[in-house]
Amino acid sequence: MDTKRYKEIVDENTPKENRLYNGMIAFIIGGLMGAFGELLIQIYTYLFGISTSEASVFMIMTLVFLGCLFTALGFFDKFVAFAKAGLIIPITGFAHSMMSAALEYRQEGLVTGIGSNMFKLAGTVIIFGVVSAYVVGLIRLIVLGG
Amino acid sequence: MTFKYNNVYINDTSLVAGPYEKKGPLGNTFDKTYDDLYLGKKTWEQAEVKLIEDSVEILLNKINKKKKDIDIHISGDLLNQIVATNYASASIKIPLLGIYSACATSTESLIIGANMIEANQIKNCICSVSSHNNAAEKQFRYPVEYGGPKPKTATFTVTGGTSSYLSSNKKGIRIESGTVGTVSELGITDPNHMGAIMASSAGDTIHQHLTDMKRDPNYYDLIITGDLGLYGSKIMIDYVKTKYGTTIKNHKDAGLMIFDIDSQPVFAGGSGAACSTLVTYGHIFKLMKQKELKKVLLVATGSLLSPTMAFQKLGIPSISHAISLEVI
Repeated sequence: MDTKRYKEIVDENTPKENRLYNGMIAFIIGGLMGAFGELLIQIYTYLFGISTSEASVFMIMTLVFLGCLFTALGFFDKFVAFAKAGLIIPITGFAHSMMSAALEYRQEGLVTGIGSNMFKLAGTVIIFGVVSAYVVGLIRLIVLGG
Repeated sequence: MTFKYNNVYINDTSLVAGPYEKKGPLGNTFDKTYDDLYLGKKTWEQAEVKLIEDSVEILLNKINKKKKDIDIHISGDLLNQIVATNYASASIKIPLLGIYSACATSTESLIIGANMIEANQIKNCICSVSSHNNAAEKQFRYPVEYGGPKPKTATFTVTGGTSSYLSSNKKGIRIESGTVGTVSELGITDPNHMGAIMASSAGDTIHQHLTDMKRDPNYYDLIITGDLGLYGSKIMIDYVKTKYGTTIKNHKDAGLMIFDIDSQPVFAGGSGAACSTLVTYGHIFKLMKQKELKKVLLVATGSLLSPTMAFQKLGIPSISHAISLEVI
């Protein structure tokens, strides 16, 4: 049997993922995350009398801390399995990916375990984050002149 | 290639399982279960070593023999360099043949052992296999706590270690014949759809076995596959019908028997090297001893996944080996 015919048999017997439902869940949870972040910025600005950009740094620190803490306590993976992209795309997903890799390889040593494996998943985010930021910045410079 | 045996029996077996298997429908058929995936060890890999050590120790107690009475130990697992087997063997100290056919390792070990006993090269042997959910997740997929979203077709690696004692003493279950499968690769690249990867090799091996033995699928009371899961089973039935024109009606999949897929978080069912044997050595052997089943074809299905080769966009190959089991 050729691979094309086999793929037809596989496709006939494979269930479709509910993309609309998953997308809705991710949209709502992701939106709530954004709203929560904004709320934190407002609270920090109000409480400490700092600028919005300074407050957003504190907001990121808070969310990263919570992402790491919930991962270490062992239930953030269950949130992720439910909310999918809604929690993976925000900064919480980045923290979660690093923390879970660090936990996984802890027993293999600080350098050979945590050190060399912590960015196993997060490394791609950094590489492509930096590259795309550079490209977008360059376009902005050319189009808007800075 | 099909071997016929006149004088090989599985005299006894031992089953060690983890928490999810204990909560499953066959939870009461195991010799020993653990409530924690670490099994009192520091890491999952070391826990998997213990699964093999435990199962061999329990088996030796059951058959009332010492390690030096056993001629050879044939064992395998899913970890790189089959470390669970190798490290367990360092304390077991029975001459070891370490083997790998992913989840088809279980039947491969039985075929090798049966051949050597039939040829009178050895008096007896122990065949072991193990798999560990978190150790497999760590090696083949993402860090366990990452819990990346999975599609409906994903399967859940069972945590378990099983051993069986083979000899020419007429006791237990007879191994009647064994078919060595060929590797099948039909361009499936999705490592989250193991059922689709393995279905073709399962179908090929079943067809080859039936052809070599000049049999009809209905000759068997049950054809049980290792870990095709819900969708892989459907694909296998469809594949055999399309390619060979054979209709298989008496098929069950061990991956669907070990867990309750409606209430347990296992997606399309159980998988893993120990899945086929945890179900067959316990539940199926019990039914055979009660004569509810007399002839069973066990087809362990192995997805030969290597993350490296999968990232290079190559199709994932699979292999299945079959063993024909009969009541005495």
